[in-house]
Amino acid sequence: MSLKQTPLNAAHRAMGAKMVDFGGWDMPVNYGSQIDEHHSVRNDSGMFDVSHMRVVDIKGNGVRPFLRFLLANNVDKLSQPGKALYSCMLLDNGGVIDDLIVYFMNEEWFRIVVNAGTADKDIAWMKQQAAKYSPQLSIADHPELAMIAVQGPNARAKVWEALPGSRELTEGLAPFSAVEMGTMFIARTGYTGEDGFEVMIPAKAAPIFWATLAEKGVKPIGLGARDTLRLEAGMNLYGQDMDESVNPLESGLAWTVDLKSERDFIGKAALMSKPPARKLVGLVLIDRGVLRSHQQVHTPQGSGEITSGSFSPTLEKSIALARVPNEVQIGDTVQVAIRDKMLAAEVVKYPFARNGKGLI
Amino acid sequence: MSIPGDLKYTASHEWIKTETDGTITVGITQHAQELLGDMVFVESPKVGRKLKAKEECAVVESVKAAADIYAPVSGQVTGANSDMDSSPESINTDPYGSWIFKMKPDNPADVAALMDANAYQALVDSESH
Repeated sequence: MSLKQTPLNAAHRAMGAKMVDFGGWDMPVNYGSQIDEHHSVRNDSGMFDVSHMRVVDIKGNGVRPFLRFLLANNVDKLSQPGKALYSCMLLDNGGVIDDLIVYFMNEEWFRIVVNAGTADKDIAWMKQQAAKYSPQLSIADHPELAMIAVQGPNARAKVWEALPGSRELTEGLAPFSAVEMGTMFIARTGYTGEDGFEVMIPAKAAPIFWATLAEKGVKPIGLGARDTLRLEAGMNLYGQDMDESVNPLESGLAWTVDLKSERDFIGKAALMSKPPARKLVGLVLIDRGVLRSHQQVHTPQGSGEITSGSFSPTLEKSIALARVPNEVQIGDTVQVAIRDKMLAAEVVKYPFARNGKGLI
Repeated sequence: MSIPGDLKYTASHEWIKTETDGTITVGITQHAQELLGDMVFVESPKVGRKLKAKEECAVVESVKAAADIYAPVSGQVTGANSDMDSSPESINTDPYGSWIFKMKPDNPADVAALMDANAYQALVDSESH
């Protein structure tokens, strides 16, 4: 089967990207040094092709009540048009179908951005639920929209240079909010722990916008640095840190689940019935080596597993997210099985780094 | 980048230099470091360890992935490069100058039988198509 391509595929190749099969998409993993790309985003600006992610618009009368039931976070937190919310979408048993960002545009239009690998499954689930509870709604995805994330302390200024008219529209845009600009959609969101924008743009216009950003000095960043940036920022990756086999309360996402209000939502009963026995913590490796996903973590309170691990270019140490027994405490030293050795790691509160600085 | 003509090579992308005293020095090739990306950790074998040809004996880890290094021939480890503890990134900038370990081969003929630069070039070409 041939790999799917984003509208920027030729641009990546022209920039010397090393391309990999990423869940069926032909995507850039790095253009040169992945560590240099990482530092570009923490210290200046970088751009990511995230066109493989899918935009889904839900429109019609009664979108809000539908999403109130569909999503684990509460869309009633969204009152200002353009405001965004991070949420999980759960199965009845509390397992995570996907994590997503939902934008409130108006009472008849909410926009959702879902992960690439789960998009078809997500849309099928949304349609199945809508057929039951809100058959009047239209649910339409937009694979014709490209998406470019521009991130870093200088990212917004670079976008303003590259897109005439965008500064007036977005200088006052609050974090986690979005605004439409013609056929584009500009959101002050991201997956790096840095300021910046995620810009949805028609596929045909994407290569010119990408090239203009490059001219303004924005470095292209591959999936490799995208992963170390999000890990340092303590942001979960679907399929690694959580999936359908675990619930958000065991995945460091309790803050995104509203169990206090009267509101019912899919998965709530399952979450209420069983307090979580495990939790997600940060690890910093004390010994020399590199933490990786699926390595076993040994603690006096029982065993756990690393869900995401890598080398942190900001801290110059190996860091990880790990799912461990609830009784494990911040500051504990645990043992991680790496090949034939047991290496010591400290349990820490994450994020590890944001806004250009290490936090550990 | 050209493949040095005076070295021997393995299919698992180690380079081997024969020293005047008959010991060999082992590192990983330009092609290998390119595939792995930014190096952040090297675990060398213990000096004195006896190795069989193709035995896993060291590990290099980049930000992206861990990769095993294999003994090119049977023999005994005679040295490990401690510079790699503090500057594993030198493998990226100078792969043929950044040795990982040295060993004394049991049989010098085993080294002579390894791939030469032309054979290794052909292997790299076939892998990139």
